[in-house]
Amino acid sequence: MKITVYDEVGEKVDLQDEPSKSLMQAIRDAGLNIAAQCGGEASCGTCHVYISEDWSSKVNPPSDTEEAMLDFVDERRENSRLSCQIALTDELDGLEVTLAPGSAF
Amino acid sequence: MLKDVAIIGGGQAGFQTANALRQFGYQGRISLIHEETKLPYQRPPLSKSYVLGKTEAESLAFRPAKFYSDQRIELVEVAAEGIDRINRRVLLSNGKTISYDHLVLATGAHNRALAVPGSQSAGVLSLRNLGDADEIRERLKTSRHAVVVGAGFIGLEFAAVAASLGLGVRVLEMADRVMSRALSREMSQFFAKEHDEWDVRIDFGQSLKAIESGPSGVTAAIRADGERIPADLIVYGVGVIPNTKLAEEAGLDIQNGIKVDSHLLTSDPAISAAGDCCSFVAPNGESIRLESVQNAIDQATAIAARLVGRAAPYDAVPWFWSDQGPIKLQIAGLSTGYDTAVAVGSDADKSFSAILFRNEQLVAVESVNRAGDFMAARKLLGRQTSLSPREAAKPDFDLRAYEQATR
Repeated sequence: MKITVYDEVGEKVDLQDEPSKSLMQAIRDAGLNIAAQCGGEASCGTCHVYISEDWSSKVNPPSDTEEAMLDFVDERRENSRLSCQIALTDELDGLEVTLAPGSAF
Repeated sequence: MLKDVAIIGGGQAGFQTANALRQFGYQGRISLIHEETKLPYQRPPLSKSYVLGKTEAESLAFRPAKFYSDQRIELVEVAAEGIDRINRRVLLSNGKTISYDHLVLATGAHNRALAVPGSQSAGVLSLRNLGDADEIRERLKTSRHAVVVGAGFIGLEFAAVAASLGLGVRVLEMADRVMSRALSREMSQFFAKEHDEWDVRIDFGQSLKAIESGPSGVTAAIRADGERIPADLIVYGVGVIPNTKLAEEAGLDIQNGIKVDSHLLTSDPAISAAGDCCSFVAPNGESIRLESVQNAIDQATAIAARLVGRAAPYDAVPWFWSDQGPIKLQIAGLSTGYDTAVAVGSDADKSFSAILFRNEQLVAVESVNRAGDFMAARKLLGRQTSLSPREAAKPDFDLRAYEQATR
C-alpha cells in the first residue's frame, strides 16, 4: 500500500508498505526522522502526525490515552494523531500525512 | 575536526548516538560496535507484547538494515575487548581495531544473577535480551505455575503477562512493598491491589533460598523460611549491574557505573558515556544512574549535540513508563526522597496520580491511566514551578489546567 508523508520541511516521500504495521513503524522503517521515543507504546507523544482531511475519518479513532497525550503535543490541530496508534489497513492505501513539529527530535 | 566516532553498544543509547549524529549533520565515520548479532532493537516490548507473542522480532528493530547503509553507520557485530586510550582505538575480539577521535560508551547493564542452589536449572530465566525473551516465550507455552523473584518493573510486567495467560503466579519480594526503589508508597499500594485482583500473589519480606529441579527443569522454589512453592518457570528480576569492565580496565573513573560529569564526559575528554552504564551529575548536583529508555535517548542525543559543537549541561527531565495488565503507569521526575504525596483522581476508577514533593518542591508525578497529568508534570518539571502541596491538595485540583494556566 502507498503512504505519502510530508516531512517537516514539506518534502514529500512516498512509502510502499505492508498493512501489517502501525503508521509510525512504516514512517520509521522508511528512514524518515520520526522520534517515536517510546517505540510505539502511547507513552511519549513524539510520533505526532497530521492526517490529511480526506483520511481523518477512515483511520481508527483515538483511545482516551491517545486523546490525553495529544493535548500536550506541540501544535495540536484537529487532525493530530499519534502515528503509533494508527493501524495500517488496505483501506488506507493512498493515505497522506504530515510529520508534526516535535516529532523530529 | 571530528572525523571518527566509535560507539560501543548497540542498545538504545548506542543506536541513538549514531542516529542523532547523522540527524545533526555529522558527516564523518561512525562505527557502531555491538556484540549481539542482530540489528539494534528496543527492549520494552520484550516484557509485554513480545512474550505474549503479539509482536515479532522484526518489528523490534529501531530501523531496518537499509537505514545503516543509507546513513553510513557501520555496524560492527563483534565484541569490544579493550580500549587503547593512548592510541585512541578500540580493540575487538577478532583481533581488529577501530580508531576514534571520540568514543561513546553505551555498554548498558546486565542482570544481577540469582545466586541460589539450583539457579542453573532449565526454566530459571531472567529478561534482558531478545534471546531471554525467546526462552521465556517458549517456556510459557507449557508452564502452569510461575514464580517471579523480585517485584520490580520487569518482575511485575512479567507477572501480569503470566497471569493473563492463566498461569498461577507467585512473586517473592524482599521489601515490604512493590517497586520500592522507584515508586511512592501510595502507588506501590495501588499496584499491590491490582496484582491481587489479577490473582498474582505477592509474598513480601520473602526471599528465595533454593531451587528444586527434575528432568524437565525447575519444579519448585524454596523460600528462605522453608516454604516450598511448586513452579515450572521462574523469572527473576533482581536488579542490573552496569557494564563497566571495559571502562574500568582502561582506567576510567567508575562509581556506580562509568562516571561522567554534567556534560556526560568521562574522566577522558575523548570518551563519553550514556544510558544504563553511566552515573552522571544531575542539575541538583547529585550523582545518579538511571535505567530507562528516556535516559538512554536523551543522553545519547546530548552527546551527539556536544560532538557537533552544541555543548550544554545535561538537564533532561527523567520520565518512565510501565505497562502491567491493562494499567499504564507513567512517571515524570524522580521520587527519591519525597516527603509529601498528594493523590488526585480516583483509584477506584483506576485513574489517579500521586503528586510528590520534597521540601515543598515538586519532584515527581506518578500517574495511572492519566496521561494528561503525566504530560503536564513533564512540562512543569522542565521549568521553575511553584506548585505547592497545599495547592495540589485543593479539591478538584487539575494538574493539566494548572500547567496550562502557569505557562
